[in-house]
Amino acid sequence: MSICHSSATLPIVFDEVSVTAGAVTLLDRVTLTVAPGEPTVLIGPNGAGKTTLLRTAMGLARPSRGQITWAGQLNPLSTRRAIVFQRPAMLRRSAGGNIRYALRAVGIARWRQRAVIDELLAAVGLQHLRNRPARRLSVGEQQRLALARALALDPAVLFLDEPTASLDPTGTKAIEDIVREIGARGIKVVLSTHDLGEAKRLAGQIVLLHRGRVIEVGAVAAFFDAPQTAEARRFIAGELLV
Amino acid sequence: MPDDVTALQLVLNADPTLLAIVRLSLIVSLSAVCLAALIAVPLGALIALTRFPGRETANVVLNAMMGLPPVVVGLAVYLLLSRSGPLGGWGLLFTPMAMILAQTILVMPIIGALTRQTVEDLWTEYRDELTSMNVGPLGRMATLIWEGRFSLVTALLAGFGRAAAEVGAVIIVGGNIEGFTRTMTTAIALETSKGDLPLAVGLGLVLIAIVIVVNALAWTARRAGERLAG
Amino acid sequence: MRSTLLARRSLLALVAIALLAHVALAQEKSIVIASTTSTQDSGLFGHILPLFKAKTGIDVRVIAVGTGQALDTARRGDADVVFVHAKSAEEKFLAEGFGVKRYPVMYNDFILIGPKNDPAGIKGMKDIVTALKTLKDKSATFISRGDKSGTHIAEINLWKLAGVDIAAEKGPWYKEIGQGMGAALNAAAASDAYVLSDRGTWLSFKNKGDLIIAVEGDKRLFNQYGVMLVNPRKYPHVKKELGQQFIDWLISPEGQREIADYKINGEQLFYPNANDPAA
Repeated sequence: MSICHSSATLPIVFDEVSVTAGAVTLLDRVTLTVAPGEPTVLIGPNGAGKTTLLRTAMGLARPSRGQITWAGQLNPLSTRRAIVFQRPAMLRRSAGGNIRYALRAVGIARWRQRAVIDELLAAVGLQHLRNRPARRLSVGEQQRLALARALALDPAVLFLDEPTASLDPTGTKAIEDIVREIGARGIKVVLSTHDLGEAKRLAGQIVLLHRGRVIEVGAVAAFFDAPQTAEARRFIAGELLV
Repeated sequence: MPDDVTALQLVLNADPTLLAIVRLSLIVSLSAVCLAALIAVPLGALIALTRFPGRETANVVLNAMMGLPPVVVGLAVYLLLSRSGPLGGWGLLFTPMAMILAQTILVMPIIGALTRQTVEDLWTEYRDELTSMNVGPLGRMATLIWEGRFSLVTALLAGFGRAAAEVGAVIIVGGNIEGFTRTMTTAIALETSKGDLPLAVGLGLVLIAIVIVVNALAWTARRAGERLAG
Repeated sequence: MRSTLLARRSLLALVAIALLAHVALAQEKSIVIASTTSTQDSGLFGHILPLFKAKTGIDVRVIAVGTGQALDTARRGDADVVFVHAKSAEEKFLAEGFGVKRYPVMYNDFILIGPKNDPAGIKGMKDIVTALKTLKDKSATFISRGDKSGTHIAEINLWKLAGVDIAAEKGPWYKEIGQGMGAALNAAAASDAYVLSDRGTWLSFKNKGDLIIAVEGDKRLFNQYGVMLVNPRKYPHVKKELGQQFIDWLISPEGQREIADYKINGEQLFYPNANDPAA
């Protein structure tokens, strides 16, 4: 897996970005910098805007106000970004076939595809399921396959939207281990989670969102030991943020 | 058709006239479905995936044309292909090619409308994934058509059913020429008008049997495919 | 997957080419003749066309429709030869310049069919005109083809001879079905009615039920057939040599003999009269 495309994609800078859908404000004047380095973890209650932020950083949603740049460019053509959705959609083909599809999308030559597929499947522990129809994999296996498919695009940044939300502890551990490995290889990981424990386990940087606004940003240790804002304190304490 | 024979006897003796009629029916209807698919599947996918002004109207028109009366299509194609018509120079009237043309026109709306619906539903399912993988418009069409292949087979079967069952178009543009443009449905129409009802009914049952066989083959192929791809 | 699409498209292209080739080849040495359903249904073509093909190698393709429609098909240039049995309509066709020359070929006859129990009491009459008048006076159910075919035109002419303007004077006893001879006979069998039919269709009709021949033999029931080549000056694509070969064969001694030789249940159907200048 190659690394150093970061220069074309990072940092991702949100500058007073608002995203609306009709009358509803999903993101409200978000200013944030996603820099290379350790994983950035988005936390916050449901409806806080975590998914919208990820989609906007991925280029799937457009800001209605403000500006977002990738390595200083507005909507560059050559970013290496990939995203794993909360409920990934599997193509009606085998696990290996799904990865091959992604490889074709980035123009990997046919003769190289087989080796890369094997490598990716091994990285997520699915090599024995290569020929299984993807839609017949378990939820956890599909999540891992979606991860492998995203990695096939050779991203510099990988977004994950609540990747362990529907998984049991074993599945969760499997995904977290893979995410840690990906991060260690130099790919910037930006993920959202409901699970404060997971945030502590994976994060370098924590971003707390609430009602579309960034409430607090901090290094993981600093955030959990000494939260600066009242909302952060209440959220860490387990209170419902309304 | 020989006199005083039942359709069953013709089938059991593999009567060459009957075989020629069945073969022509299959060639005409299957070719029409293939040609219609070639045009209507990409077109349906295109309509499903593209925003353009008048899209809703196009949808309504496409759906409405599923109910085009075959005899009207036949008449229109006849006027086109007649020697006194604009395409008369092609000399296609009263040939199997004219029949294929007429049935292609008849069948395109069904295949197009069903493809559009299938691809539209699949686009809802795969929109995020395909967009995030930067798949371009042609790639999206190809991917979703392939993803929807089982539903599309059903659409093709619906088209085949319509083509194999109709008589209005093929009898007008084909002329029901014995040994040349006589199909199962036109033969049934002829035997009915001659008063040989038992033979007509028998031929009708043979036609139904053939349509069932085609559907069964398609179903088998679909099941095998589904088992492989989930 | 992209290769599957390509494969499918190539296959379809091959099919299309094969069909076009088939069609192109099939158009070698063939002519299209517009004729009538009653001629086709009599089985005559099934008998004489294979003989013609064996002799000349020409494939004769018959479009069998009503007389009016056959002539109209020829007027549009969609046939090479027209072979029908309605002399006045044929002469009009010639006068309009669509035909080259009319050759008489053969005649058959019409017969009046009716139910066995003969409610109108016309069975065995020798005079068709009297019979028809009786049918009208007794309001006996009568089935008419009503489709401007040669048979229909002949029927209307016979009513005229009987002094009846059938269009104005018909009542509920007169049923126009707008369909072919077989359908008309079916309708007559089903409703115990009278119907004018050509002998050929009657002989090969399988659903006779209680129907029998009520009136036959009147000279006015004779039905003359004529053949014409469609005018190549109007339609240059008309296959005039092949078409003329067919006409020449029909009126040749050999062709005429084959026409006479065609029998159903031992009965001759058509009487060749190409050498009758008045026909």
